[in-house]
Amino acid sequence: MTLRRAVFITGIVVLCAWTLVPIYLIALGAIGGRTVVNSWPKPFLPPADLSFATMREFFDITGVWTSALYSVEAAVLCMAFSIVLGVPGGYALARFVFPGATTYRLLILLTRAFPVAILALPLTVGFIRLGLYDTPFGVGLMHTTLALPFAVLISASLFQAIPRELEEAAWVFGCSPVRAFWRVMLPLALPGIAAVAIFAFVISWNEVFAASVLTVRHKTLTAYLLSVLSESPLHVQFAGGFVLIVPSVLFIFLVRKRLFSVWGIANR
Amino acid sequence: MRARSIPYLLIAPSLGFLTVLFFVPLVQTIALAFQADGIWSTANFSRMAGDLNFTDAVVNTFEIVIIVVPLQLLLALGMAMLLQHVRGGRDIVLWIWSIPLGISDLAAGLVWLAILTDKGYLNTILLGLGVLSGPQSWLSYETPVTLLAAIVVAELWRATAIVLVILVAGVQLVPKEYGEAAEVFGATPWQRFTRVTLPLLKPSIQTALVLRTVLAFEMFAIVLSIGGRNFPVLVSEAFNWQYNQQDYGVAAAYAVIVMGVSLAATLIYLWVLRTPAAQR
Repeated sequence: MTLRRAVFITGIVVLCAWTLVPIYLIALGAIGGRTVVNSWPKPFLPPADLSFATMREFFDITGVWTSALYSVEAAVLCMAFSIVLGVPGGYALARFVFPGATTYRLLILLTRAFPVAILALPLTVGFIRLGLYDTPFGVGLMHTTLALPFAVLISASLFQAIPRELEEAAWVFGCSPVRAFWRVMLPLALPGIAAVAIFAFVISWNEVFAASVLTVRHKTLTAYLLSVLSESPLHVQFAGGFVLIVPSVLFIFLVRKRLFSVWGIANR
Repeated sequence: MRARSIPYLLIAPSLGFLTVLFFVPLVQTIALAFQADGIWSTANFSRMAGDLNFTDAVVNTFEIVIIVVPLQLLLALGMAMLLQHVRGGRDIVLWIWSIPLGISDLAAGLVWLAILTDKGYLNTILLGLGVLSGPQSWLSYETPVTLLAAIVVAELWRATAIVLVILVAGVQLVPKEYGEAAEVFGATPWQRFTRVTLPLLKPSIQTALVLRTVLAFEMFAIVLSIGGRNFPVLVSEAFNWQYNQQDYGVAAAYAVIVMGVSLAATLIYLWVLRTPAAQR
């Protein structure tokens, strides 16, 4: 029994290391700068003289930081649009029985079966015409089509989980439906909606294809990194990769409790 | 009358948005793929099929999907089962295992590039073990097998988490009593897994397979960051025709192909793993 337990714990630890060690190694490559990237054999520990100078080299890679700002801009837009457009749809699915509800739900689900590539190509032309091409705003709009279906479905399940009686009680006490939604439903659903927002942010932050196709000079971080893959020195690429990873890890930590309810929905 | 219109007012913004930025572009891409010089034709598809990289792209894409998706399912199933027996610290283990969920394929590619490059960490370990005597390249067109292996490993690292999360969500929906009942009747752990857990997990497995396969057909940044142009796949070709060659027609043709195989795979999963109505 103790042997089985030992094997079991080793398995768990190995699988954790399998996830974490690669992230640690790219962090080394990013922070160590040029010296570590060119060294051979590679050190497995951070350089003992992890000085301000090498750290500065990391923060001086301007391409990475300016494009990261564009990424944040696009991701915040995507987040805002997904919430504003998606939450009402989710509320409608959760609280109303209406002809077309099933069709609406199905259409929303259907969008997930299509690759990004098929949407991004004609949007290039349309965006040039509208002046949205090569703007973080345009990228955010495009990314909203990816995040919106999640926003609708997740918020539908959030509102379903809140007892209808609470809302009805507010009506009885003289709240208008809008006020009841605002004062009763929304505060209860807020933690879940925050999780939806974080998902939307991560979806946009990580997306590569559309961001690359829709931008030229104002590239988001993923688009920038993809365009310099073959030409920029490795330490720049590793720095960019590391900057891409850090927020994602934090976000997954923030929504870890919600991950399963989110994917539980996907099962139905 | 007014009350009846409320749900429609609520869904109108999302529906309008998706119409303009999803359904219209979808139709436009299909139209773009089947048109050349303003008339309907399959010229784009013949140009695509005539391209040197086309066969490689098709073969590589399917190779990756066929190798990676079953491995991910097995690995995630194993992890989900292990997780059931974790006593303390289940939350932290689960968090660590789901971290790759938030990592983009581009970042994952760069992570594995750092490990597998000529003077990378893998070669440092191999040097320490005495297997290698100097830097060795694994990711060039001269080493197609290790290049494929590298992409498979990177995909396993990055995208197993999504399968895991869907399966764990599914396991939580299965009542504990079923397994306990099987145990009372003398089922071995293996029998309990194959006869009770696995059939009850079928809907989750279906969801996971659909999602994973569609995403695997879409993969391209991980391939470009690890293998450069040495390992063409369908979407990287679409990207190349659009971005470098500025030929939207052929790019659209590639996109249509990707859409076709994704939809076909989805339908196959829905059919093969369907739950008979009586069991619902």
